[in-house]
Amino acid sequence: MGMELKPRAIPPRGPGMSLIVKEVTRLLEPAIFIFGVYITLTGHLTPGGGFPGGVILACGFILVVLAYGGARAFRRLPPEGASKYDSGGALLFLFIGALGAIFGGGFLYNFLRVYLPGEPFHLKSAGTIPLLNIAIAMKVAASLFLVVMVLTLFKPWSAEGGER
Amino acid sequence: MSLVFLLVALPLGGGFFLPLLDKFWEESRAKELLAWAITLTTTVLAFLSLGWRGIYQMSGWPPPIGINLVVDGLSAAMLIVVNAIALLVVIYSSKYMEDWTPTGKFYGLFFLMLAGMNGVILTGDMFNLFVFLEIASIASYALVGFRRGGEELEAAFKYLVLGSIGSSFVIFGVGLLYAATGNLNMARISLVLAERGGGGGALIGITSAFFLVGFGLKAALVPFHAWLPDAHSSAPAPISAMLSGVLIKVLGVYCLMRVFFNVIGIGEVQANLLIWGGAISMVLGALLAVGQEDFKRLLAYSSISQVGYIVMALGIGGSLLLRGEEAIAGLALLGGFFHLINHAANKALLFLNSGAIEEATGTRDLSKMGGLFHRMPLTGMTTLFGVLSIAGIPPFAGFWSKLIIIVAALWGGFYPEAAILIAVSVLTLAYYMRVEREAFFGPVPDRLKSVREAPAMMNLATVVLALGAIGLGALYLPGLRELVLQPVSQVLLEGLRYARMVLGG
Repeated sequence: MGMELKPRAIPPRGPGMSLIVKEVTRLLEPAIFIFGVYITLTGHLTPGGGFPGGVILACGFILVVLAYGGARAFRRLPPEGASKYDSGGALLFLFIGALGAIFGGGFLYNFLRVYLPGEPFHLKSAGTIPLLNIAIAMKVAASLFLVVMVLTLFKPWSAEGGER
Repeated sequence: MSLVFLLVALPLGGGFFLPLLDKFWEESRAKELLAWAITLTTTVLAFLSLGWRGIYQMSGWPPPIGINLVVDGLSAAMLIVVNAIALLVVIYSSKYMEDWTPTGKFYGLFFLMLAGMNGVILTGDMFNLFVFLEIASIASYALVGFRRGGEELEAAFKYLVLGSIGSSFVIFGVGLLYAATGNLNMARISLVLAERGGGGGALIGITSAFFLVGFGLKAALVPFHAWLPDAHSSAPAPISAMLSGVLIKVLGVYCLMRVFFNVIGIGEVQANLLIWGGAISMVLGALLAVGQEDFKRLLAYSSISQVGYIVMALGIGGSLLLRGEEAIAGLALLGGFFHLINHAANKALLFLNSGAIEEATGTRDLSKMGGLFHRMPLTGMTTLFGVLSIAGIPPFAGFWSKLIIIVAALWGGFYPEAAILIAVSVLTLAYYMRVEREAFFGPVPDRLKSVREAPAMMNLATVVLALGAIGLGALYLPGLRELVLQPVSQVLLEGLRYARMVLGG
């Protein structure tokens, strides 16, 4: 598939980094996100899983913030939304775990393996593991993104106390 | 038994769900009600766990492969202490935290800390223990700085740095233990070491040194105590009650008990280190508490001193166990755990009252208080109960636990240790009587004429704890003793029974 590079009007220098970084980021951004989703969804088949996938997703957002400044990334994932995904991912994990306790032998029991076996080495297999990977990816992506954003919020604190 | 995972899962779920409620119901009481419901459920489960013995297999995997939750006498008793105090603290905070920024965030962190503590108590896996230890610690770092003033943030940062050093020592110890035995399951580790017999060699010696520093830092034993007075006095009062009442005991003392008695086994050197570490903590904590003007700092130094009692009792028990005098060793360990329960209840009570007093008078400085008995009779009365119990005045619970430790020390031939135990007890009485004299007795100064009694909700929690200060002494009565305290000392005495119970051999 040939990627077409049309000449574009040079935008005025706004927040963020130089034009080269912005353009590279614009091209890489979808690829990074798709790769993060891929690593998450095939976590039960290939090396990877929820945590690495979530880290890649968070890095995608952080790259956008670094290149363009906060506004562009926050349009897609505002910090309030991120904190909802953060809690939501953890709650989803707990919910699946509790379902294991209800339908199977114990907390986090892989009950879907019995009811929905799927085919080995296919995307639809391994029971609850892919679902747990998705929950972990949500949690890790949102909380890592929030950690980096919160670190940028802190202003230097002078010795006398009070903001500088 | 099949519900035991709820003790970890419910607070964890609450920890993530309650902050979400901030956005929808900023003013509503729904958050408080939910917090009450969760802690009430975990408390009921904790009491039920007295009747449960055995393991819970997470995701259905059997012990050496999967992670399992273990309920035995020690963990059941510990769960009751933690969850009952958490319930009272939540009742107290529903009034105390009212005026503060979104309470959902507070309850979120609080429940993460509770989930971490319940996890530490229940888990049967060394690495899992570290994970839960970190969950509880990190939530507590954030809670110490919850007021976000300069002093609070400084205390939280200090606590963060020293706490992380402690955690690093623990993870290093876990790694060494894995290298030495090829297992992370606590029961397997203990069996592997028992099969080798006798001490386990230099690697186990180094491992126990790492654990002693790591858990000692979490328990604020004296060379590692520097963070505690700042952290426990800067946190909001309900959190101080949790930190001093249960957190240092779960992350420090309980882990020391579990690791040294059930997993790697206690040696002569470790037992002596526990005895003298405890002794130095007792003496230094008490001496430093004498000069404090800040009420909460005085309580914090007193915590260092009282944890010293528990750790010394552990050391005496371990030392006697090595000599083969099991009956007296059992008495010392029972006394140590009895004192842990009493101190948890009393220190939680005193910290909650310090919060009520700070809210009413606007100061923590003892010299600026006076005559509070006239203005806040109920708070004054409950504080008096807590003080008398912690100082060890006869009908109160603290007297019995101290008496058992001292009797065990005398029977076991630990005469200098017994002398220290008695001397520190007198010192404790001295600095608590100063609190009573400066803050509660005497005439009411002019600026405190308008002080009112604390709200009913806050007093409900402190009155229950004050009744505990006198009623918990009954735990040693025959009948109740077999229910709570005896199983604890049995678990600690017969180190390998834990492994046999978990692995079913």
